[in-house]
Amino acid sequence: MKKIFIREEYCMNCRLCEVHCIVQNSKTRNIIKAYKGEYPKPVSRVLVEEKGYLSFALQCRHCEDAPCLEACITGAMHRDPESGAVLADEEKCVGCWMCIMVCPFGVISRHGEGKRVISKCNLCQGEEIPVCVKNCPNEAIVFEEAS
Amino acid sequence: MAKGKITPEFKIIRDMEKCVSCQVCHRVCSNDAHLYDPDAGEVTSEDSRCVGCHFCETLCPTGALTIRRNPSEIKLNALWSGRALEDITRQSSTGGVLLTGMGNDRPFPVYFDHLLLNASQVTNPSIDPLREPMELRTYLGGKPDRLEIKEGQKPEEVLKSFLSSQISLETPILFSAMSYGSISLNAVKSLAKAAREAGTLWNTGEGGLHPDLYPFGPHLVVQVASGRFGVHQEYLEAGAAIEIKIGQGAKPGIGGHLPGEKVTEQISRTRMIPEGTDALSPAPHHDIYSIEDLKQLIFALKEAVRYRKPVGVKIAAVHNVAPIASGIVRAGADFVVIDGLRGGTGAAPRVIRDHVGIPIELAISVVDQRLREEGQRNRASLIAAGGFRNSADVVKAVALGADAVYVGTAALVALGCHVCQKCYTGKCNWGIATQDPYLTKRLNPEIGARRLVNLLRAWSLEIKEMLGGMGINALESLRGNREQLRAVGLAETDMKILGVKPAGEAW
Amino acid sequence: MNREGKTFSGEVIIRAMASMHERSNGLGGGFAGYGIYPDHMDDYAFHVLYETPEARKQSEPSLEENYHLVKEEPIPTRQIDAVQNPPLVWRYFLRPRMERRISSVEAEEDFIVRTVMEINQKKTGAFIASSGKNMGIFKGVGYPEEIAEFFRLEEYRGYLWTGHGRFPTNTPGWWGGAHPFGLLDWSVVHNGEISSYGTNRRYLKNFGYDCAFYTDTEVITYLFDLLHRKHQLDFPVVAKILAAPLWDEIERMEEKDFHQFLRAVYGSALLNGPFAVIAAHNRAMVGLNDRIKLRPLVAAEWQENLYIASEESAIREVCPDPDRVWAPEAGEPVVGYLR
Repeated sequence: MKKIFIREEYCMNCRLCEVHCIVQNSKTRNIIKAYKGEYPKPVSRVLVEEKGYLSFALQCRHCEDAPCLEACITGAMHRDPESGAVLADEEKCVGCWMCIMVCPFGVISRHGEGKRVISKCNLCQGEEIPVCVKNCPNEAIVFEEAS
Repeated sequence: MAKGKITPEFKIIRDMEKCVSCQVCHRVCSNDAHLYDPDAGEVTSEDSRCVGCHFCETLCPTGALTIRRNPSEIKLNALWSGRALEDITRQSSTGGVLLTGMGNDRPFPVYFDHLLLNASQVTNPSIDPLREPMELRTYLGGKPDRLEIKEGQKPEEVLKSFLSSQISLETPILFSAMSYGSISLNAVKSLAKAAREAGTLWNTGEGGLHPDLYPFGPHLVVQVASGRFGVHQEYLEAGAAIEIKIGQGAKPGIGGHLPGEKVTEQISRTRMIPEGTDALSPAPHHDIYSIEDLKQLIFALKEAVRYRKPVGVKIAAVHNVAPIASGIVRAGADFVVIDGLRGGTGAAPRVIRDHVGIPIELAISVVDQRLREEGQRNRASLIAAGGFRNSADVVKAVALGADAVYVGTAALVALGCHVCQKCYTGKCNWGIATQDPYLTKRLNPEIGARRLVNLLRAWSLEIKEMLGGMGINALESLRGNREQLRAVGLAETDMKILGVKPAGEAW
Repeated sequence: MNREGKTFSGEVIIRAMASMHERSNGLGGGFAGYGIYPDHMDDYAFHVLYETPEARKQSEPSLEENYHLVKEEPIPTRQIDAVQNPPLVWRYFLRPRMERRISSVEAEEDFIVRTVMEINQKKTGAFIASSGKNMGIFKGVGYPEEIAEFFRLEEYRGYLWTGHGRFPTNTPGWWGGAHPFGLLDWSVVHNGEISSYGTNRRYLKNFGYDCAFYTDTEVITYLFDLLHRKHQLDFPVVAKILAAPLWDEIERMEEKDFHQFLRAVYGSALLNGPFAVIAAHNRAMVGLNDRIKLRPLVAAEWQENLYIASEESAIREVCPDPDRVWAPEAGEPVVGYLR
């Protein structure tokens, strides 16, 4: 399956990945309306970790043996057979936050004000390549076949 | 202090309708020209810190930023421009030499913009490069006038020895000398990878050769400059050719300068100097005080590599460039590089950069003419450098007499440079002219190499189109072919020196 | 060319040229004949065009200074309507004064080249059209058959004849600019335009050849002289320099190194642009096309005769039934040697 791979030597900590993730998951998908008009503003599902001059964008790794899949009590967390991505069904999520607690990468978060469900990277289902990868100005994250 | 206040050069215009306070600009600007106020949740700008590099403008996701030149508020004065006043103000405060980066930005005439090319019609068919072969291959190195086989020599040996003394290029454009130190390792890697892929050469400059780059040796010209930074036996063996740097167009008569801020641990090891010290190259080589000393060094280097690599000399274009070049060829150089008035640099005193030297167009014309008059044009290849902006400049330089052309500034622009001329501060936002690890990350050598290869490819295709238009299908038939140029708007003396007829005049 | 050296009348070449009348526009025509002065075989025969009588007065002293005059006379001509205001046409049979050489190692031919160029450079209105032994170039402004009539060419016999009709494109038609172009016993006729003229001309300057005739054919003549006579390269090698093969082709050749050497060293001698050229000297005739054959050239053989022309019809006009007719490949020379 195709996954997002990190090349931390090229990340410049601009966080454009976070910006575009927010826009992609907004209602209007328009950056100005998403930031200024929408309420609630969606939370970015990718976060840039930084220490000194080292930085890189981190999102759900869509692990082969994902702890969140095991932990989910309702089965909202499931694996999409085609893309191999781990997806969360918002209808079924009851907001128990177990997945957030077990995720070793800490890449699952609460949805933001208003909805008691989780939010995490879904590899931009429906797009050719995830928007964080597409918009990274320095190709610090790439979308490739996992070997 | 009011006495020393300088008007900011640029004004950052932020369109508040479009700004979403995503803070990207604040995070990336190395000069802290954008500031985030967490209470107001807004990003504001500090104009005085902006250097006009346009990195923030390029990255802004909504296009909210525009960088404008700040109009000077002084009374209009043709002699006392804002810059003249500012320079004096600065120097009164610091008592120091004003530094700058990149090439001469003053409005001296650009002769390329007064030269036009020919096209064949009716009497001579133009050639379509998409359907007919069009050859750009160039061989650099000294050539004999004819095939001479001495007693006891076998023809095959003579031929093999000749061919191994030449460098073969698939396009007449090479990457100019830019040292590791003045630019980042990632920038150097981009140049090295692109040179390998495009079948041309890159140049170490004064910076020595970083261990990671030895594999790119076959496409490398190693430079021996006055500071002899990083020069040892393996270094000389590593490249395809050796270039003795006597001068460069941006600062004729003075040596190189790498400010201490840019001398990191890696630079220190590559150049073989202490960390944090200014790397100053002396003006003359301390063992070259006249032409006979240069001859000695040329042959010393040839001996060191057992005559297996061409050894050339790089000089700045100055008033006496023709006799100097002639002397250099007689001293045994296999190629001569002439760097004109517009050549770039990482750091130089602004007054030297702007007022010393002559334009490359004139320099190439007189050197080529002088060497032909003396019957020794074949003995060395001529490489022109200094301000080539596009493929037309390259073609015109070849028509004036150059064998090949070095591009420096153009290559950096391909990597993102916006010629803000602040290279000497070491804070280049594009990750090019800096050693700061926060900043060097921004230049991805894969992307950099890709862009450089694209640039060379685009220019090579354009050159083929122009050659085809002139009815020529091999580059060697354009070299020195001033019949294919005509001048517009030049004085008679200029045309005489360039050896070019005025437009409108036929054969 | 008759390779056995048997002479034939100039009529043959006149007929062949007349059949290609449409290819010229009347602004230039000319012929070169070899073997036409059997009585003066060892003297240099200079054909000189003088635009005015003063030009002759000014130039003859230089000739006398450098040469013993064996014989001098006007070239016999007849007056025809088509040729108006012809220059004075004179011929001299000369021997060089060897004591006038600039050094004891200057070869006789180099002496001739140098003194001829000096006279031509002076631009007094005198032009030396040919300077070889037992050969001569007859040329002027007019159709080839008119020039032939003017010079009474049917009266001459030679074993090698070349002819040319001009449709000038870059320089105005003038007597000195017509083809064939000559130096020593070289004659060159040329159809085409040399776009590398600027490069070739400056390359030749390196070796002491000054171009004075404002026509690109001049560089072809001097290149033949330099490469064949001075650098002693055979005609097939000369062809590989003037019409060099492509780098891709060289990669596949057996003698790859040699051809790379030739192109790298003689790059400025490459003739770029379309051309069909017939060059000749006392012992050979060479026909050559540019490297991508942009102008026509046809060759034929009949017994000991070799024919090269822009059109097959011109050959068949004088040789109705050749043994072999072919079109030479781009860059491949056709050479006829005198046996």
